[in-house]
Amino acid sequence: MPARIIETNPQPFAARAIDPVTLDIIENALRNARIEMDATLVRTAMSPGIREQGDAFPMIANPAGKMIVGQFGSFIDGFLKGWDGTIEEGDMIFLSDPYSCEGAISHSNDWLVLLPVYRSGRLVAWTAMFGHQSDIGGKVAGSMPIDARSIFEEGVRIPPVKIWKKGEYNEDLIKLIMHQTRKPDWCAADLNALIASCRVAARRIDEMCARFGEDEVVAAMDALLARNHRAMKALIASSVSTDKVSFEDYVCDDGVGYGPYKIKCTMSRVGDKVVLDFDGTDPQSDAAINFYLNENMFKMFFGIYMIMVFDPQIMFNDGFYDLIEVKIPEGSLLKPRYPAALSGRTHALGRIFDLLGALLGQRTPEFLCAAGFSSSPHLMYSGRDQRPGKAGEWFQLFQIGFGGIPGKPFGDGPDGHSLWPGFTNVPNEFLERYFPLRIERYEALADTGGAGKFRGGNGILMTYRFLSAGTVSIHDDRWFTYPWGVNGGEPGARARKILEKADGTQTIVANKLDSLDVEAGDQLHFITWGGGGWGNPLERDPALVGLEIRQGLVSVAGARAYGVVADADGVVDTAATAALRAELAASQPAEAAIFNRGGSIEELRARCAAETGLPAPRPPVWHFAEAAE
Amino acid sequence: MNVSNRPPSYRLGVDVGGTFTDLIVIDEETGRAVRDKVPSTPHDPSEAVIAGARQLAEKAGISAADLSMFLHGTTVATNAVLEHKIARVGLIVTEGYRHILQIARSLVPGGLAAWIVWPKPTPMAPLEATIEAHERIGADGAIVRPLDEAALRHSLKRLAAEKVEAITVCLMNSYLNDAHERRIAEICAEELPGLPVSLSADILPEMQEYERALTTVANSAVRPTVSRYVGNLENALKDWGTTAKLNLLRSDGGLMSAEKSRTAPVNLLMSGPAGGVAGAVWIAKNAGFPNVLTLDMGGTSTDVALIEDYQPRLRRETSVGHLTVRASSLDVKTVGAGGGSIATVPELTRALRVGPQSAGAVPGPAAYGRGGELPTVTDANVVLGYLPENLLGGAFKLDREASRRAVQTVADALGLPLLEAAAGIIAIVNETMFGALRLVSVQQGYDPRDFALMAFGGAGPLHGNAMGMLMGSWPVIIPPSPGVLCAYGDATTRLRVDAQRSFNRLVTQTNDAEVGAVIDELIAQTSGELAAEGVAASEVEIRVEIDVRYAGQAFEVPLYSPPGSTIASLAERFDAEHKRLFTFNLSVPQELVNIRVVALGKAANVSATRIDRGNGSPAAARVRDHEVWMDGQARAAAIYDRSLLKAGDIVPGPAVITEMDSTTLVHNGHIATVDNFANLLITPEA
Repeated sequence: MPARIIETNPQPFAARAIDPVTLDIIENALRNARIEMDATLVRTAMSPGIREQGDAFPMIANPAGKMIVGQFGSFIDGFLKGWDGTIEEGDMIFLSDPYSCEGAISHSNDWLVLLPVYRSGRLVAWTAMFGHQSDIGGKVAGSMPIDARSIFEEGVRIPPVKIWKKGEYNEDLIKLIMHQTRKPDWCAADLNALIASCRVAARRIDEMCARFGEDEVVAAMDALLARNHRAMKALIASSVSTDKVSFEDYVCDDGVGYGPYKIKCTMSRVGDKVVLDFDGTDPQSDAAINFYLNENMFKMFFGIYMIMVFDPQIMFNDGFYDLIEVKIPEGSLLKPRYPAALSGRTHALGRIFDLLGALLGQRTPEFLCAAGFSSSPHLMYSGRDQRPGKAGEWFQLFQIGFGGIPGKPFGDGPDGHSLWPGFTNVPNEFLERYFPLRIERYEALADTGGAGKFRGGNGILMTYRFLSAGTVSIHDDRWFTYPWGVNGGEPGARARKILEKADGTQTIVANKLDSLDVEAGDQLHFITWGGGGWGNPLERDPALVGLEIRQGLVSVAGARAYGVVADADGVVDTAATAALRAELAASQPAEAAIFNRGGSIEELRARCAAETGLPAPRPPVWHFAEAAE
Repeated sequence: MNVSNRPPSYRLGVDVGGTFTDLIVIDEETGRAVRDKVPSTPHDPSEAVIAGARQLAEKAGISAADLSMFLHGTTVATNAVLEHKIARVGLIVTEGYRHILQIARSLVPGGLAAWIVWPKPTPMAPLEATIEAHERIGADGAIVRPLDEAALRHSLKRLAAEKVEAITVCLMNSYLNDAHERRIAEICAEELPGLPVSLSADILPEMQEYERALTTVANSAVRPTVSRYVGNLENALKDWGTTAKLNLLRSDGGLMSAEKSRTAPVNLLMSGPAGGVAGAVWIAKNAGFPNVLTLDMGGTSTDVALIEDYQPRLRRETSVGHLTVRASSLDVKTVGAGGGSIATVPELTRALRVGPQSAGAVPGPAAYGRGGELPTVTDANVVLGYLPENLLGGAFKLDREASRRAVQTVADALGLPLLEAAAGIIAIVNETMFGALRLVSVQQGYDPRDFALMAFGGAGPLHGNAMGMLMGSWPVIIPPSPGVLCAYGDATTRLRVDAQRSFNRLVTQTNDAEVGAVIDELIAQTSGELAAEGVAASEVEIRVEIDVRYAGQAFEVPLYSPPGSTIASLAERFDAEHKRLFTFNLSVPQELVNIRVVALGKAANVSATRIDRGNGSPAAARVRDHEVWMDGQARAAAIYDRSLLKAGDIVPGPAVITEMDSTTLVHNGHIATVDNFANLLITPEA
């Protein structure tokens, strides 16, 4: 039975024609309220994951639950369908179970707070925000055990519950939840921050209603949805072909030895509508890399990409949802069956964006970007601080790494940046002050960006020196498959992780692992992916390549990928460069393939051990064969 | 020339604007003030400054020798950044951190997929001119690896080859131990003599290596330009024969000595807007309104700020263009909305957008008749009758027909009548400014209804009344000569020196004595600096500020710590402030992050000129009848000459009050009351 919304005022909202000026004003006010949500969260949250890195997402929705401002689209519809209960004034909903909200949040680490905003007895809007908790209990610190076989190993799982019920706070509930985590202090502060953000936005909506009238605000939200629908319809008609376009990409492995896992999507336009069909995607994994993809969220991703690629001026909201149909096979990696483990979903989530870029751009290569939205590398380091004077106090770090932004039609990809919106790195001085470690090296690693007319961004080499024994988890991808290049550009370099002991011996370690014990003095060289290159590298200005040698972004050897011969001071040998470029040009095919993946899966498998120092993953074994191709 | 026998006691304030350089000289003993303006000289702003000063001194009947202080707000540093006319900076960092500015905070601004359209930025200090020093300081301040001096001397040759013009040193954890940075400065002086060296431990001794590096690089980047400018000015002053001390207005509204401005010019980046806010403080004090929101609306942008109890709010950041550094500045928010902002209607969404593109001075709004055809905010004001065609005292006539043609294009695109489209443009631009005002008020936990609103700048008085209605902030104060408030600000603020120490201790791990010792040390340091500037000990005012947060948070709340306050009282006030800002408290200990001491010199003794009292009727100032479009209909209005209004006069709205450099609009249902200092105080009709 779906949720029942209780309103003490039965009067329906009056239809109101909103003049364009008022509409723009309300649109701006809503946008400002959203910005204020972010600001409140960042200023009050406590875990570095949310506070420094911004791993949290706000939303404001209309009474029907459609997102008016936000990023990931609305999940309220799915929640209302699935929840057998009432919504009343003074309630606040709290949840973290992906299976209770059709994957609106995709692993239990994301805590979501949902606030119905009432005014004069009527529901006028919703505000919501979710953020990644650094620890929610479970079998490993950080609560993302890559080898989990079910969601029960991944920490506390909160079904939709009322944290406030008609204005009354459910303290026992919070106590029960906080009892499950290793970091109740962070969780409590971060939860408070999520709540404060939702309340701030609710207050703004209340003020808007006071200023414009409730009927007007609700009508304006509808008008904004309609405006977006109109714009998107025109964009779809002009930019999406009725021919079918397909693309497939991979998650390298599942952390327990199998991989790669294929994600395939086919796009076509049928009348006004875009159909996105994930038929051909591999079945779900036995381990934790499954990504429960909410259809509406994917519609939003698609819409945002359309807008960014073709017309960045449009503000996005849920208005265009009925123009898009998303089909995801049951039991697949993207729609796993309960109780499949989900905590390692970040890799497939990232890959979705490379896939989207390729789908939208391959018919219009001038708009196509290379790959690079490939992962969201995690490092977790925890233990008892054994340094003198630290009394063995518990420490726990969860950190998200960044890498190379892809080469783009309009220029180079930035080095060592985030593809996720709003994410920032944690200052290394902060890490060193509050955790037993020292960051010995933090640089944009030369040559890791794919060569191209527009170079992919370099990945980051971050060298952690551990000052206390502890346990490390690593979650990264794109170590086996490459961030592909496009239009003649080379792929970016793959991710690597190297553990160096105090005596200098180095071991290559897996990119997905839990429970790696480290000793004081050990160094971990954490190397992230580089962005793929865009366009023929032989067309890059040799002087720029020379300059990038001086800047430490390209090496003398790496310059040869651009057909540039130069010395360590970046001085280009013009004659030798011309000769090398002629030689390389002769070996290039007459027409470059749109995508350069650095080899087929079979070829990558054959070369894996030699190139990466790690054994190739074994082909996955399906237990839900109906989704297999 | 009138030579007096008393010691020099005149303060001369100068503000350099894009078009005019405004000057004011104030007799500190009597408070008498004389104003003047001369055309600016953008190729070398100091020319107009000196020429204007000489002209003003003559007008005021004083000699160069009568000046005690020469106070100056300047946009030299700001413009250097905006126009990218900055020095080539060599950067020295800890080994392993060469790409610190390239990686920055890894943030790509904007939403999901914004990276597709975000252009790759270039670091302010070129990467090829960034070198690594082999050394390491730990997070406890201890030396992990000593500085390899020989290697450094070798690397410095590369900086020489890169032809750097200034050097920044920013090493890991130098905010805890600056020994290596100082030693590197010595070595630079030997190897690269004559190059100015900025140390991050001097400019910003606090945690966060990227922000510290960037701020110190920005300091180096503007240092040669500022140094040159200040040097020229000092020479010119000397030639003129004055012994007045040259002081510059800092971004935080305080004054700094010329000498200090040469070594720490990053503190001047927002000197310009600070002048306006400082001027607003002075007006507010005279008029008796302790709590004021300021709205400084010019041709292309609008600056807003909040003044509480006559103190402008400070922030720990300064933003200029795309550059944001960690240097204190008045919390001025700038939005791309001004009289010249252009209105557009994008085809796909058919929404009405105003700004941030601006018609600028050339071609300017259509109404100016200089070739501009695009509809601007000014044109909308003209169409609605808010800006009369014949400006008072002006040879300048606005082209109303051109404005109507321009605004008609918006009306057609929106399918609205002309006047409604014009009103829409005004509503949208007001909304943009409303957003900025909310940022400094509501979003900081202040209720705008507790504040008056002061509107100035060229276009502020036209929009002030409407902004008061949106904010609920009354009265709306329109100061006399609202276009030139900054010079007042320059002349009436005080010398300011501050020093900060990174403390980072939980309230449970420290005590009042420990905190007190740090404060005393900082007081000695800052008072000493002021004494060196010739400020008598008895005139120094000390203010202590402590940044507090809950242990584990990343953002701190700066709190004043008046004499007699304790750690316990501070913690209590932090809880209250946190609740006000964020609606909740946490049951974790508070952390004292930074301790800061501000030492202030003497404030100017100057009050505004009083005007004659009238009989309450503005009839004598009434110029003619007029008509404006307001609240959806044409309404009868009148035009008044502001210079003829007397204290106590009450102008009923709708009305247009004109003066030399500005036009004030009084809305229907509102009145403007003239106070004793010639301010217009607009309020809703009782």
